[in-house]
Amino acid sequence: MIGLGHYLSVAAVLFAIGMAGIFVNRKNVIIILMSIELMLLAVNINLVAFSQFLGDLTGQVFAFMVLTVAAAEAAVGLAILVAFFRNRGDIAVDDANLMKN
Amino acid sequence: MTLADTLFWIVPELMLAGGAMALLILGVYLGDASSRLISTISIALLIAALLVVVALNGGPTQELFGGALRVDAFSSFAKMLILAAAAIAILMSDKYLAGEQLGRFEYPVLIVLAALGMMLMVSANDLIALYMGVETQSLALYILAAFNRDSRRSTEAGLKYFVLGALSSCMLLYGASLIYGFTGSTNFSAIAQSAAVARENVGLVVGLVFLIAGLAFKVSAAPFHMWTPDVYEGAPTPVTAFFAAAPKLAAMALFARALVTPFPDIVDQWRPIIAILAVASMTVGAFSAIVQSNIKRLMAYSSIGHMGFALIGLAAGTANGIGSVLVYMAIYIVMTVGAFACILLMRRRGGMTESIDDLSGLTRTNPGLALALTILLFSLAGVPPMAGFFGKLVVFQAAVEADLVWLAIIGAVMSVISAYYYLRIIWLMWFNEPAPAFEREVGSRLGMTAFGSAALMFPILIVFIGPLVAFARNAAAALF
Repeated sequence: MIGLGHYLSVAAVLFAIGMAGIFVNRKNVIIILMSIELMLLAVNINLVAFSQFLGDLTGQVFAFMVLTVAAAEAAVGLAILVAFFRNRGDIAVDDANLMKN
Repeated sequence: MTLADTLFWIVPELMLAGGAMALLILGVYLGDASSRLISTISIALLIAALLVVVALNGGPTQELFGGALRVDAFSSFAKMLILAAAAIAILMSDKYLAGEQLGRFEYPVLIVLAALGMMLMVSANDLIALYMGVETQSLALYILAAFNRDSRRSTEAGLKYFVLGALSSCMLLYGASLIYGFTGSTNFSAIAQSAAVARENVGLVVGLVFLIAGLAFKVSAAPFHMWTPDVYEGAPTPVTAFFAAAPKLAAMALFARALVTPFPDIVDQWRPIIAILAVASMTVGAFSAIVQSNIKRLMAYSSIGHMGFALIGLAAGTANGIGSVLVYMAIYIVMTVGAFACILLMRRRGGMTESIDDLSGLTRTNPGLALALTILLFSLAGVPPMAGFFGKLVVFQAAVEADLVWLAIIGAVMSVISAYYYLRIIWLMWFNEPAPAFEREVGSRLGMTAFGSAALMFPILIVFIGPLVAFARNAAAALF
């Protein structure tokens, strides 16, 4: 029997993978965008699982809101990335180093 | 409550939402030549919304859309400051943007949209509304940071802000999902009832920690402050001036509401976290700023430190504590806007300068500006009798009343340490050999903003500090 704990574990693992992807990856900014999407989807799994087990629809409404915002966020992120690429000709993470202490 | 009644209470938000869309259409039809006109209309729109907020203020607390939004004295207080700061941000940008060939009509529209997001944040009484408000604000701010799209620095700042902002939103959201799951509701009042019973529930506390981490990113509290110096330095200066003021207040107000309304019964669980954030922010702000040579970066560390002081009031968790946060943030906004107006006046032939050394000997080349900046820096350092001192005083007082004497003592020590770098700039301005003079006529609006905020810090606000504190405490009482 698959219970709430299983869903929460999957979500937690996905969330951790997404966060690790942001910090470990040094090559490509696109991978960071993918990691962010992964984290948002992990949250959605949480919300839908809770919604199902609580018998309360709010979580599913929340999940739809998150999906919508994720789309907007990806659009803004890619737009900024294109502007970054035009100036630099490269999207390696290590290149974002003009400003340092 | 009928729909018309509900909409009546959010008229300021509706004005901004409708106005931003109308301005966008107008801008598309008229092209970039209209950027001046659209700036003017945006300022008028923000001021009109401010007047409506003032007119609606004082009524009974309203719960709208099934409790998702709450219009009360607290949200009105924050909205007034947000709208004023946004209007001044547009006012201060015109000249700079025209000089840098950035005069595009999207700029004021984005500020209006960001202001709309902030107004939703301070009214949010539900996790969904909280998230939507934060994102409405953040998406506009990411674009503003990268607004100078032909500049390497600006796009890099935008990219960093986006990545770390999105990461913080994810953490906030993960926390929200856990809180929802373990309390069974997204509404703050309903969460409060469940949390009072569930107290030590691990899932709830983990969710709370994630929520706090996400919000700490938004207020740039250490150890979640890494993005702040880079974004402040890279973004166009008027954008930085805006970042340092309104979004900080909105995030801090949201922070207060998101802790006090849903979790009043588990204050013991979140107070230590907030206290640690406060100590870390004050320390980072005090020590890292010492070695900076770029004034925008210095202001970034300064703002991190100031967030630490404001968090002391939040750690107290009492009505007086939240009131002191509001007082502190109100004074901080005026100081920081004034300081950035001075920074925007640092223009020589051939462009802006951002180096602190360029300020040396300013009293001989431009005594008026030097005097205004001196008052503002003294106030930022918290030297009596400037208003900044009273801001710190009420915060420490609230901490002592809540038995957090150790926190108040650390705050006082950090305030002395951070005074060093403010005083160093003042010393440079008064006693060093003059650097080449800045250009004089850089738009009287900036000069007026600088002198206006300096005059507010000393002596105007000192006279009105009593009413300000009373007003803020009344606003904070709406949360309890």
